[in-house]
Amino acid sequence: MTVHNIALGYQRDWWPILMSGFMRNALIGGTIVAVAAGLIGYFVVVRHSAFAAHALAHIGLPGATGAVLLGVPVVVGLGVFCVGGALVIGLLGKRATDREVVTGTVLSMATGLGLFFNSLATKSSSTMTNVLFGNVLAISHEQLVSFATLLALLALSVGIIYRPLLFSSVNTPVAEAKRVPVRVLSTTFMALLGLTVTMAVQAVGTLLLFALVVTPAATAIMLTPRPVIAMVTSTAISLVAVWLGLGAAAMLNLPPSFLIVTIACAIWSIVWVSNHRRVAVQASEKSADASLATDSSAMPTPATSGS
Amino acid sequence: MSRCEPASSPALAFTDVSAVRAGRLIWSHANFTVPAGGVVAVIGPNGAGKTTLLHMVLGLIPAASGCLEVFGRRPGQANDTIGYVPQDYAASGGEAIRAVDAVLLGLTGRRWAFSRSTAAQRRQVSQALAVVEASGLADLRLSTLSGGQRQRIAIAAALVAQPELLILDEPLASLDLRSQHDIVELLGRLHAELGVTILMVAHDLNPLLPVLDSAIYLLDGQPRYATLDDVVDAALLTQLYGTPIQVMHPPNGKPYMRSAL
Repeated sequence: MTVHNIALGYQRDWWPILMSGFMRNALIGGTIVAVAAGLIGYFVVVRHSAFAAHALAHIGLPGATGAVLLGVPVVVGLGVFCVGGALVIGLLGKRATDREVVTGTVLSMATGLGLFFNSLATKSSSTMTNVLFGNVLAISHEQLVSFATLLALLALSVGIIYRPLLFSSVNTPVAEAKRVPVRVLSTTFMALLGLTVTMAVQAVGTLLLFALVVTPAATAIMLTPRPVIAMVTSTAISLVAVWLGLGAAAMLNLPPSFLIVTIACAIWSIVWVSNHRRVAVQASEKSADASLATDSSAMPTPATSGS
Repeated sequence: MSRCEPASSPALAFTDVSAVRAGRLIWSHANFTVPAGGVVAVIGPNGAGKTTLLHMVLGLIPAASGCLEVFGRRPGQANDTIGYVPQDYAASGGEAIRAVDAVLLGLTGRRWAFSRSTAAQRRQVSQALAVVEASGLADLRLSTLSGGQRQRIAIAAALVAQPELLILDEPLASLDLRSQHDIVELLGRLHAELGVTILMVAHDLNPLLPVLDSAIYLLDGQPRYATLDDVVDAALLTQLYGTPIQVMHPPNGKPYMRSAL
């Protein structure tokens, strides 16, 4: 019965749905978010800030529910909390060991606040679901304008700070010794991450954001150690996930966030398995070589003892 | 206070310098000059302020009092002419970057605005890799390299900007004997061929004795500078490390030191 329904949806409706206004907004918005995630995701992985990225997504929750309470646009609340939370984590958590605890503490406080605000305003429970799981199909024209502006700001900033940020991410003490402003770069990076999270939350939601910002970048880094190629690959993976996810959502009438995340995680799994298999094959070849070598060296011994 | 004695030639000139970290006086009354072109060890027990001294030379922390000049300039202003190899280089991570990119960042890492590296820069990088005999490692991820190989890459990244002074913090720490020997040999070659001044924090002097010519030693809260012959002295080393140390003079070999416990 269910299978029959899905098949019907696939055959008849998906192309007109994909061409409709809300789906066009979703495709454009998803594309902008994918490009932004590709730009910043590489640095999230290199700087070991995956937990911070995950936490920032949740820190947006009280921003969104609080905005509903105050009657201001949800995106404003999201932005204030995400960027504000990013700056707090950036300023308090200078060392990675401190950062984990600071991040976790800010995260739990924010989640609690989000729940509190939600209990005050009864009509915000749909906002809560939207923030938790995203609603890429509800992206408005105004949101697209704000997305495009944020992406332009992000691309410009990353373009300017690319080399010093990479230097200070890969080798902090040497960058510091070379007078690279390591602290300023770290804070700037967190603010940019906050902006990206503000956007991405609206597309895939806080609970699933990790799969769009961190997973494609981690996949790309497994595929290539070249920074620029990794950023391009990461963006490409995000784009594939968003486009195929939206297409499949139209065909199968399933939540787009679920499909986007599933595709991103599937690509990561395939690359992870093939990477580890390659390593295993290399290791077994090496040990085969080694045993061959010992065999050949052992060969003469019985021959000489025999003669 | 702001007037220092005119000094153009020495690598380091300390004039009554003291160091304070977290409100605590680490050392004081540093009064010596280190001539350019030497291979100098910084020695002393744990917590004596060896790394503090390096950081002061790099301009990362200010002198609490007195005047320090690095090649006649204030610390931090001469960093174009300094290559720095920190302790535990790329100890964590390094999976996202190739050795050649890590070295390239030593040359271009301070440049704002996105730009491609030039052919001349890439040539400099491959020269630096060749000098440390790590050309074959260029395309490998840092995370796949051994400790000794990483140390070579770290030295290449410091050399690529053609420094006059090379500062290394514990360059032999956590390396096996073979790698220690190779790195010491490399440092001796860099000094002989490139004429670079080398300043390095060290715990164990023995493996470094073939290349050292002098040392800054931190004794009783005061850094002093002396030639190697004066430093490799049983009484001084015993005082310095707070444990009896003998200096052995083999009939046809270099002197070495050992614990007399």
